[in-house]
Amino acid sequence: MEKLIPKLVVAPGFVLGFAFIYGFMVWNGVLSLTASRMLPNYDAFVGLEQYARLWEMERWWVALKNLGIFSVLYVGGSMALGMGMAIFLDQKIRFEGVLRTVYLYPMALSFIVTGTAWKWILNPSLGLEKLMHDLGWAGFSFDWLVQSETAIYCVVVAGIWQSAGFAMALSLAGLRGIDDSIIKAAQIDGASLPRIYWRVILPILRPVVFSTTLVLSHLSIKSFDLVMALTAGGPGYASDVPATFMYVMSFTRGQIGLGAASATMMLATVAAIVVPYLYSELRAKPHER
Amino acid sequence: MLKLSKLATAAALAVVGTVAGAGEVEVLHYWTSGGEAKSVAELKKIMQAKGHTWKDFAVAGGGGDNAATVLKSRVVSGNPPAAAQIKGPAIQQWAAEGVLANLDATAKTEKWDSLLPTVVADVMKYKGSYVAAPVNVHRVNWMWANAAVLKKVGVNSAPKTWDEFFAAADKVKKSGLIAVAHGGQNWQDFTTFESVVLGVGGAKFYSDALVKLDPKALGSDTMTKSLETFRKIKGYTDAAAPGRDWNLATAMVIQEKAAFQFMGDWAKGEFSAAGKVPGKDYLCAAAPGTANAYTFNVDSFAMFKLKDAGAQKAQDDLAASIMGTQFQEVFNLNKGSIPVRLNMDMAKFDDCAKLSAKDFVATAKTGGLVPSVAHGMAIAPAAEGAIKDAVSQFWNDDKITVAAGVASIVKAAATK
Repeated sequence: MEKLIPKLVVAPGFVLGFAFIYGFMVWNGVLSLTASRMLPNYDAFVGLEQYARLWEMERWWVALKNLGIFSVLYVGGSMALGMGMAIFLDQKIRFEGVLRTVYLYPMALSFIVTGTAWKWILNPSLGLEKLMHDLGWAGFSFDWLVQSETAIYCVVVAGIWQSAGFAMALSLAGLRGIDDSIIKAAQIDGASLPRIYWRVILPILRPVVFSTTLVLSHLSIKSFDLVMALTAGGPGYASDVPATFMYVMSFTRGQIGLGAASATMMLATVAAIVVPYLYSELRAKPHER
Repeated sequence: MLKLSKLATAAALAVVGTVAGAGEVEVLHYWTSGGEAKSVAELKKIMQAKGHTWKDFAVAGGGGDNAATVLKSRVVSGNPPAAAQIKGPAIQQWAAEGVLANLDATAKTEKWDSLLPTVVADVMKYKGSYVAAPVNVHRVNWMWANAAVLKKVGVNSAPKTWDEFFAAADKVKKSGLIAVAHGGQNWQDFTTFESVVLGVGGAKFYSDALVKLDPKALGSDTMTKSLETFRKIKGYTDAAAPGRDWNLATAMVIQEKAAFQFMGDWAKGEFSAAGKVPGKDYLCAAAPGTANAYTFNVDSFAMFKLKDAGAQKAQDDLAASIMGTQFQEVFNLNKGSIPVRLNMDMAKFDDCAKLSAKDFVATAKTGGLVPSVAHGMAIAPAAEGAIKDAVSQFWNDDKITVAAGVASIVKAAATK
């Protein structure tokens, strides 16, 4: 009995999780092999036809390219900026508590709020550009949001603004956890300060970087609300990402089969990145745990 | 305890009472904004007067997308509402799933066939039987103009051809105002586009190209000319247009910041709410070159198959009420659209609605009455979405040549 109790306690969660996560994944996979349109239709199996159609669609390629741009810049940007802010805050400065709160606050907002606020800030006739014109800088032009090629970078800017504080908080916690004696030892060995950060402190922070990257990358791959609020995939479909693509195909265009195929591709993308990363990170240092 | 059992008896009696002749109608709709909600309340009143119970099932947002998602889950789980707001080819799709009720009996007693133009009736039918009841008609090919702005720049009346339009727009542009208020969302791009196609090519070409999706018509010189005109209009919009909501664009015309807007007649609601008078403060005219044509957007309720006899009776009453003169008048006065019945008295409506009703009747006879693609009245959602994408890409990216634009529209039209 003693041995059974933990298993019994975990069992319902395990069963529910299995049914609602893996069960639905399989269901989605099955749907992607059918010719389902407005409603699921299990009689019309068409094999991989939906996938063939998907990869022929220009809009899907645009969505994938945007996902690539967004993920790399968003995760990298948030990480770099967050780590930088953490290192500066760690220099025992005054008002650290206030600054830390200020930088962390955007995280308390939902992506919808962030997206809407940045939509106004970046709108040429409402926000930054108008402000500069009103201040007398008539030549100032910043219309990234309304240009097809640059709209996705606006999403990156808004995303980094929201998440850099989160990366900072985790990094700062990591920095505070480092034993002073290690740094002193490095100083005695004659290492310069940048060198200490680069060769000693950052390697120690590796688990923090790992967790932050993992959290941020899954946020970026499933990014939906930020894009919807900021650009709604526009202009045209220039800032579409796979999640918005999937939503549009499944729920507004009555192409559930195609939508399911794109969802499967998203799952495959996440798995391709996360599984090897998890595997290498978790396997590398079992003795530390 | 005694009280409780009494209450239960009363409740049971009440339930039994309602089964005889009256029933509950659950109505799924997405009319939640001010004027629209008022319009739905009228329908509720009419149904309650007939002794039925009204169960409101409003799903806001997404221009009906959210409502459609909820509806799908209800139908798949075998528990559909009595009626749901569905329009255009989606009605046929639902009917093909075998879940819609046949309304032929009601349609026959109420003489729907003689009250509706054939093109509109066809949208409501699946394999020759009525499965949905139409509520209203919106005209989509309108051009709204601010009278004061036009007067200021020396334009005396609403332009009737595209050449006149561009001449007028040049004058507006020169005066430093925005000539065309536009919202860069794909359905708004397409609303403008279909008015251009209708104006440049006429109703026959519109019907061949955008309704029948004939590749020959889509790839023709007329389409090239339409796209050239369409792109020319973009030069008269402002840089902040992408992503703007339609009502904000209408506000620009109301506030004398912009001269023209291409939008369906729901824009009139915004003018009315701002206290503006048609003919005096603002002008409503058919988009240039489209005076003899009419792109319609008809809202409708599709009825679902129900088992309960009382509920079926209520459903039939609902269908009859929707097409009844009382509801058609009150609803459309609130909503800004016009009644879908051909023989209605228009005395209480404003000048724009009267013009709309006159053209509706006239074009129904001449064949100029065509369904709006931008508002999901003409083609299946997959092809519609693909064509909207192609048109929006062309509008937003000036580097796409007209020839490439035509090619991508032809390709998009082949989407199944």
